[in-house]
Amino acid sequence: MGLLDYFRTTRPKSAHVAKERLQILVAHERKMQGAPSYLPQMQKELLAVIRKYADVDDDAISIQMEQDDEREILEVNIVLPDDGTGKKFDTGRVQPG
Amino acid sequence: MARIIVVTSGKGGVGKTTTAAAMAMGLALRGYRTSVVDFDVGLRNLDLIMGCERRVVYDFINVINQEANLRQALIRDKRCDNLYILPASQTRDKEALSKEGVGRVLEELSRDFDYVICDSPAGIEKGAYLAMYYADDAVVVSNPEVSSVRDADRMIGILASKSRRAELGEEPIKEHLLLTRYSPRRVEKGEMLSVDDVLEILALPLLGVIPESQAVLTASNEGLPVVLDEKSDAGQAYRDAVSRYLGEELPHRFIHHEKKGLFGRLFGG
Repeated sequence: MGLLDYFRTTRPKSAHVAKERLQILVAHERKMQGAPSYLPQMQKELLAVIRKYADVDDDAISIQMEQDDEREILEVNIVLPDDGTGKKFDTGRVQPG
Repeated sequence: MARIIVVTSGKGGVGKTTTAAAMAMGLALRGYRTSVVDFDVGLRNLDLIMGCERRVVYDFINVINQEANLRQALIRDKRCDNLYILPASQTRDKEALSKEGVGRVLEELSRDFDYVICDSPAGIEKGAYLAMYYADDAVVVSNPEVSSVRDADRMIGILASKSRRAELGEEPIKEHLLLTRYSPRRVEKGEMLSVDDVLEILALPLLGVIPESQAVLTASNEGLPVVLDEKSDAGQAYRDAVSRYLGEELPHRFIHHEKKGLFGRLFGG
C-alpha cells in the first residue's frame, strides 16, 4: 500500500457521508411533518426571551412535536450556558390546546 | 375496477415518465388492459416517450371540461393493442385540473381498464397532488442521490396523509420504491448510495433497480418505451419490476458490478 492509498482510506467515502446527512435530515423532517406552522416563529420568540436572562447560542434551543393517538406533546429543550455545572435543563413539557 | 397506480417522486428528472411508459407497456404486454395518463399539464412529455406525439388530437383537460369524450382523446398504442395513452394539455396549466374532473375521468377509465397509470409531474403542487390523490398503488421513483431521496421521503409522507384513501381512513396506498440510474460500479467505489442505504432511509418495499443505461436515452430518442428493448439491461430491469408488481418473486439483477476479464475489456462494449 502506497502513501497515497493511506490518505485515500482515511477519507470517508462520499456515499457514506451522503447516507449520514440524509439519515439526520430525514429524521428531522419527518418529525416536523404535520407540526404547526407557528413552531419556527415560536422558537425565535422563546429564544429572544431567554436571551434577556442568559447568553445562549442560536442552536441552544430545540423544539419537538410528538404525536400519539390521544395528545400532542411539545418538547422544548434549552441548553443554558456553561456556569460550571454544564447542565442541560429540560424546561419541561407542555400540552397545547 | 382498475387499480390506479401513480408514478411519483417529488424531484424532477429522476425517471418518472420513463417509468410510467415502461410500466404501462410492461403491463399491457402481459395482457392487461392498461391506460397511462399524463398529469404534467403544460409540460407534456409522455406522448414523446411513447412515440405518439403526432397523433394527439384531444387531451386530458378537454375530457375534464367535457369538450371531448374519453374515446376521442385516448390514443391506442401502435405496438400493443392493450395500451392507451391519455395525453396532457400542452397549452394549459395545472390549474385546469380539478379534483372532481380528475376523479370523474379516472372513474370512467377504471371501468374499461385493468390498470390506470398516472404519470405525475415533479413537485408537490396541484398536478402532483391530483396525480396521487385517487391512487391505489404508488411507485416512488428515486435516484441514489441525496436530493432525490429527500424529496422521495417527502412524497411518501404526502401519500400517507393527503390521498383519498388517507382522508377516508381506508387502507393506505400501497407504496413501492423504484431506484433508477443505479451504477453498481460507483456504489462499489463508495461514490454512490447503495440500494441498502436508500432502503434503510426510505423503508419501502423494493420494486426494482434500474441501472444507469444508454438504452434509456436511445429509447426516448426513438419514442419507444425502454421495456420493448428486450436486450437492454434497463429494459430487462423494468420487465422484472412489472413482474414483481404482479406478485412474482424475482431476485434483483444489475445491482452488482461485473468485473470484466481481460478478454471482456479488450473486446467488450
